[in-house]
Amino acid sequence: MQKIMVCIKRVVDYNVRVRVKPDGSGVMLDGVKMSVNPFDEIALEEALRIKERVGNVEIVAVSIGVSDTQQQLRTALAMGADRAILVQTDTAVEPLIAAQTFLALAKKENPDLIFLGKQAIDDDANQTGQMLAALWERPQATYASKLDIAGNTATVTREVDAGLETIEVDLPAVVTVDLRLNEPRYVKLPDIMKAKKKPLDVTSLDALGVAAASLLKTVKTEPPAQRQKGVLVKDVAELVDVLKKKGLI
Amino acid sequence: MLKILIVGEHDGKTLNLATLKCVTGAQGLPDAQITIALLGADTAAVAAQAAAVPGVHKVLRVDRPENAHALAALYAPQIVALAADYTHIFGPSTSFGKDLMPRVAALLGVPQVSDLMAVEAAYRFRRPIYAGNAIITVEADPARKLVATLRVASFEAAPSTGGSASIETRAVAVALPSHTRYIGAKSGSTDRPDLQTASKVVSGGRALGSAENFKLLFSLADKLGAAVGASRAAVDAGYAANEMQVGQTGKIISPEIYIAIGISGAIQHLTGIKDARTIVAINKDGEAPIFEVADIGLVGDLFQIVPELQRLI
Repeated sequence: MQKIMVCIKRVVDYNVRVRVKPDGSGVMLDGVKMSVNPFDEIALEEALRIKERVGNVEIVAVSIGVSDTQQQLRTALAMGADRAILVQTDTAVEPLIAAQTFLALAKKENPDLIFLGKQAIDDDANQTGQMLAALWERPQATYASKLDIAGNTATVTREVDAGLETIEVDLPAVVTVDLRLNEPRYVKLPDIMKAKKKPLDVTSLDALGVAAASLLKTVKTEPPAQRQKGVLVKDVAELVDVLKKKGLI
Repeated sequence: MLKILIVGEHDGKTLNLATLKCVTGAQGLPDAQITIALLGADTAAVAAQAAAVPGVHKVLRVDRPENAHALAALYAPQIVALAADYTHIFGPSTSFGKDLMPRVAALLGVPQVSDLMAVEAAYRFRRPIYAGNAIITVEADPARKLVATLRVASFEAAPSTGGSASIETRAVAVALPSHTRYIGAKSGSTDRPDLQTASKVVSGGRALGSAENFKLLFSLADKLGAAVGASRAAVDAGYAANEMQVGQTGKIISPEIYIAIGISGAIQHLTGIKDARTIVAINKDGEAPIFEVADIGLVGDLFQIVPELQRLI
């Protein structure tokens, strides 16, 4: 184990209540707080813990996005990544293009493991890791909630609908992480200072030979249908009465 | 004519209800001919079930020993080999489909529509983003194959009897990688209904306070014949198993009745339940956001309410 690549996405912060623009052209993002996608923080944390266990592992945090994405990569460096690469682009990148971009980086960096969050909390696509694994022609272990590495093999417990599933994959491999894999560390002030000196390279889709393309056109953005607020009942007897009348119990 | 290939989910014995929901979703496409592909070690039994679904034209069986477990790295190249004859390739938005379908899409070099919730036209669909806070309409290029996962909560299950599709066995001659191996599974499965498809769900949050107290909900659920769910907070706290989590990053469900007990109603949780026919909220905080979406609310102490509720039903 020599190198781990962690893919990070800049997204609207978890606590922001996203609103749709009145003209239906998208969601309101002006002045909204941006953060590292929470699942990607868990991905990075796992990489850091592997480094702490086995030592001598280089951790490269990579991202695709606008110039300000450097902020999120600095956060990754402050958490403990050794260096970072930003593929700078002003246009939104769909999962397939993101996967092609990360593939180009993987071919340059030759990591033993690539970690990603299982999904980004903005588009909720849940695709990039699987697509990257396909293009890289390597194993994928998605929704990881436990990870053990022995030699050239990773044993991964996955959160699936029926419970937990365990698979074994040969490295190099792509692992996408679920919520309960770990709890990411807090960044301390000295680490933020140190992170400023760590290398952060900026490159472009062009330089990596990736053609930007919009494959799925978003033609409209709408708010979801709202549920009507219902009634309050005063006690359990009334609740049971209402449920029985509705034929629900 | 649109030719739809649905990648069927099953456990070797039973066709998953999510597949029947995909059939309904596919029937929303104009002039669609629907085929279900089943990969497994022996798909004879599930193929018979799939062939009985009205509206299904054909069932393709791909049986080989390596297909005993649904490993995306092994399944994807086989789906790609089958895909040549089809315009749309659909899978359910379950952990099976979410793992597999993007790998299929990437091998085909096409994008994927995740969590497709409504069909507007052959290449125009609606899907949720931002935990369901916005719904986008997307258009794909008809010149490319369309890969999608279908949000199972958005579609009724197709009937399981009445159809008579032909069943074909296909030998798919692709080499399969050995770099991914199935080790085992630990299922929290019980005799209770499956959370994903149950018509009644009782669900608990952090206010339950302990795994021990969650037994209150299991007991109520058993009396109702309901499945048991949980909020992320309850799962993170160790009160409930991971497969019980309902919400943006857990299961998206659409039961007839959802009884939320001690759940405050974070937006990420609400996105998992907003397709429920009736939501009942029991919470001691009358200001909790869950009451904004609940059809019936009861403010009070769950530790008094739940046992009484169980007694009265």
